[in-house]
Amino acid sequence: MPQLPGLVKGLGVTFRTMLKPNVTVQYPHVKEEPTPRARGVIALKEENCTACMLCARECPDWCIYIEGHKYLAPPRREGGSPRQKNALDRFDIDYALCMYCGICVEVCPFEALFWSPEFEYGEHRIADLLHDKERLGEWMKTVPDFEAYEAGSEMKPKKVPR
Amino acid sequence: MTVVDPQQRAYVASQAADARVNVELETGGMTLNMGPQHPATHGTLRIVVRLDGEQVVEAEPIAGYMHRGYEKLCEVRTYPQVTTLVNRIDWLGSFANEVPFILAAERLMEVEAPPRAQWIRTILFEMSRIANISLFLGDMGAQLGAITPVFFAFRDRERALNLIESATGGRFHPNFDRIGGIKDDLPAGWVEDCKDVMGRMRDFCDQIETLLMGNEIFASRCRGVGVIPADVALSYGLSGANLRASGVDWDLRRDVPCGLVFDQLDWKVWTHPDGDSFARYWVRLQEVRESTKMIDQLLDGLPAGPIMAKVPRIIKVPAGEAYVETENPLGAMGYYVVSKGDLVPFRVKIRTPSFNNISIVPWVMKGVYVPDVITILASLYFILGDIDR
Amino acid sequence: MLLHAVQLAYWQETTIKVVVILGMIPAGALILGYVFLMKMMSFMQSRLGPMEAGPYGTLQLVADGLKFLQKEDIFPEKADRWVFALAPLVVLISTFLLFVVLPVGPDLIVEDLDTGIFFALAVSSISVIGVLMAGWSSANKYALLGGLRAAGQLIAYELPLLLAVVGVVIQAGTLSMQGIVVAQAEGSIFGFDAIGSPYIITQFFGFLIFLAAVQAELTQPPFDMPVAESEIVGGYQVEYTGFRFLLFFMGEFGTAFAFAGIASVLFLGGWWVPGFEPTDNILNWLGPIAMFGKVMFVAFLIFWVRFTYPRFREDQLQAFAWKVLIPLSLLNILATAVLKVAF
Repeated sequence: MPQLPGLVKGLGVTFRTMLKPNVTVQYPHVKEEPTPRARGVIALKEENCTACMLCARECPDWCIYIEGHKYLAPPRREGGSPRQKNALDRFDIDYALCMYCGICVEVCPFEALFWSPEFEYGEHRIADLLHDKERLGEWMKTVPDFEAYEAGSEMKPKKVPR
Repeated sequence: MTVVDPQQRAYVASQAADARVNVELETGGMTLNMGPQHPATHGTLRIVVRLDGEQVVEAEPIAGYMHRGYEKLCEVRTYPQVTTLVNRIDWLGSFANEVPFILAAERLMEVEAPPRAQWIRTILFEMSRIANISLFLGDMGAQLGAITPVFFAFRDRERALNLIESATGGRFHPNFDRIGGIKDDLPAGWVEDCKDVMGRMRDFCDQIETLLMGNEIFASRCRGVGVIPADVALSYGLSGANLRASGVDWDLRRDVPCGLVFDQLDWKVWTHPDGDSFARYWVRLQEVRESTKMIDQLLDGLPAGPIMAKVPRIIKVPAGEAYVETENPLGAMGYYVVSKGDLVPFRVKIRTPSFNNISIVPWVMKGVYVPDVITILASLYFILGDIDR
Repeated sequence: MLLHAVQLAYWQETTIKVVVILGMIPAGALILGYVFLMKMMSFMQSRLGPMEAGPYGTLQLVADGLKFLQKEDIFPEKADRWVFALAPLVVLISTFLLFVVLPVGPDLIVEDLDTGIFFALAVSSISVIGVLMAGWSSANKYALLGGLRAAGQLIAYELPLLLAVVGVVIQAGTLSMQGIVVAQAEGSIFGFDAIGSPYIITQFFGFLIFLAAVQAELTQPPFDMPVAESEIVGGYQVEYTGFRFLLFFMGEFGTAFAFAGIASVLFLGGWWVPGFEPTDNILNWLGPIAMFGKVMFVAFLIFWVRFTYPRFREDQLQAFAWKVLIPLSLLNILATAVLKVAF
């Protein structure tokens, strides 16, 4: 015959839980805020991008499609030679393939890619998950500022170029 | 053979019917396929059981339904890319998968992470252990029929996952470890939140203990079921809590020092002398409690300093071989990295704990009842991504 | 009430009674399902449960029912068609017949049989046949395992159910359900008769045994080996989809409602409310309300245990029935008989 105490105490636990307030957040009526560092979507600051292709190369899934062309910009001073600059024609990220690993954001040398905690961009067609340059630029509005670090850290938080 | 007389015909028919019934009643040898789609196997594991009535005569696990080709993938991915992929092997405690790989690469590069990075690595390592095993505590109840503890486990595990997300950006796949340190430092207020969450995890452990472990029905389902003696466990290559529950005092965190700071903490290894399912549950419960205490000590003693050693931008690991094994939530996970001096590893062999843990299934299942099959599988606690890679 | 005012022909009366019971089964199943399965279970698991369908999710089960109705009627190829189709109906027939002797007021009973409780226990055993039919005809090893386990379990737990009731019958002195309610109403505990003598006080162990046996009869955790979801994925119900599964579901919750009703009649005093005479006409209005409250209480106990405990293994389940519940209930009968004669 099993001793009763364990069985009875178990009933007490469920009874008490029943009376305590709930933890459920009723999405979509109430939305929880993800943390600022949450990897929701990648935003592109087009002005900083030089089409160096580092992000497209390092992406494990090859989900970034970049096309650019070189053009000659006027020289910086009088009498100088024209400078060769890169212009970005196409910068697409295919979120159907993206693993949200963040290697592209980390590897970019020109601070052109940023993480944003936005996650509500589901689509009915998979093809619509390919975000082009303009849409990626719009995500920049949702990029939060970098947070301050914990005590004892030697790092200073960087600034998000707006 | 023609039978003309109706009575004779009826007699022959009844004889044949009798023979059919006798054959059908032969109970030995019913093969039950607990197939790839089954609520009890954590994923797509197939176990072919031959039953005699309700007792198992023979059991054979057939893995491979989730094979994703990790070792081959690692041959064509650079080291940061491999770190990302490797998160997905044991997806419940995913930071712990990155650690042995990064430590092996650091050993080849002869680089050591600065102290603050090592401490933060250890904190997240233990946090992944808590996330992983707290799910087990609820899930084993679900396998046995108690539907409530799972929800408590998920509710309290959410807090740990939110902590991991606020530090790394990803709840399930942190991708935070780097060769030479970690990616980023902790955000302000993280230490306090973490201490709060650890307190709640301890409350959760107490709640689970009262609700499930103290339950006499649970005890009678688990005690004496699936006993694995210590020598059998060692010979089959079990590791982690399964081995400690059979009485073997073996913990890689204490015995094999590598880049994590366990030697500077005050903690103990929990073992249990019986080798049954109850012992495995008990050991894991104590481990979660111990992990919360360890994290508290780690948070108190977190040193200041940089989080990344001097490492070139493009990582080319010098030629060589290194094998690092750490005490992951599921057992002993090891990476054998062979490098030829390229951007990509030449060969990565991943030794996963669950693969060896389920090798004991044919031995331990002989003679148990069908419900006990579920109990034993639940208590051995494997994850399919870990078995199949 | 109406039956006093209007003299109805026999066939009219019977039709009304049949319609009422046929309505009570899904209504009872819906109410129990919503309050306990959806809401109480959710609160115990620290979540909210269905909230979208209707206010606070009240129409969720209706939506589920409609969903089941529009599914394809699938027969497994090797299944025995007629047996497969009839199995859920057999289970429902036993539920239907249980409501025949359930009183909700002094005059509100379908048929006040002299052997009320005996009839109820007898027809509740019919569901075993339904379960066996389902398990055997499904042509599925899991269903077979579930069906055989169910047969063993249900038959084993019939005995404690019966023996727990015998204690009540000895105290009441009658097998008729109305008679038991009246006996509780008119009885007194050591001379104190303000609340009558609900048998839960004098027959407390009988009540516990009865609840445990009811839990097993409904194949609910901790006795739900036959439908052990994580092992044999639904047991004898595994091949049933759509409307036929809905029939099993309604049978399970309808039977829970019926057994909770029987438990409240036997142990909690049924439709009698303290302060009134058992023959008052006002109890024809108050009785159903009181009865409903008591049924909710008993159902709360049944479902509370259901959500908290893991399940027994089959042999432990049988050992519990034969080695623990039956001796205890025999002792209960002995004690009741002795005390009845002594006092």
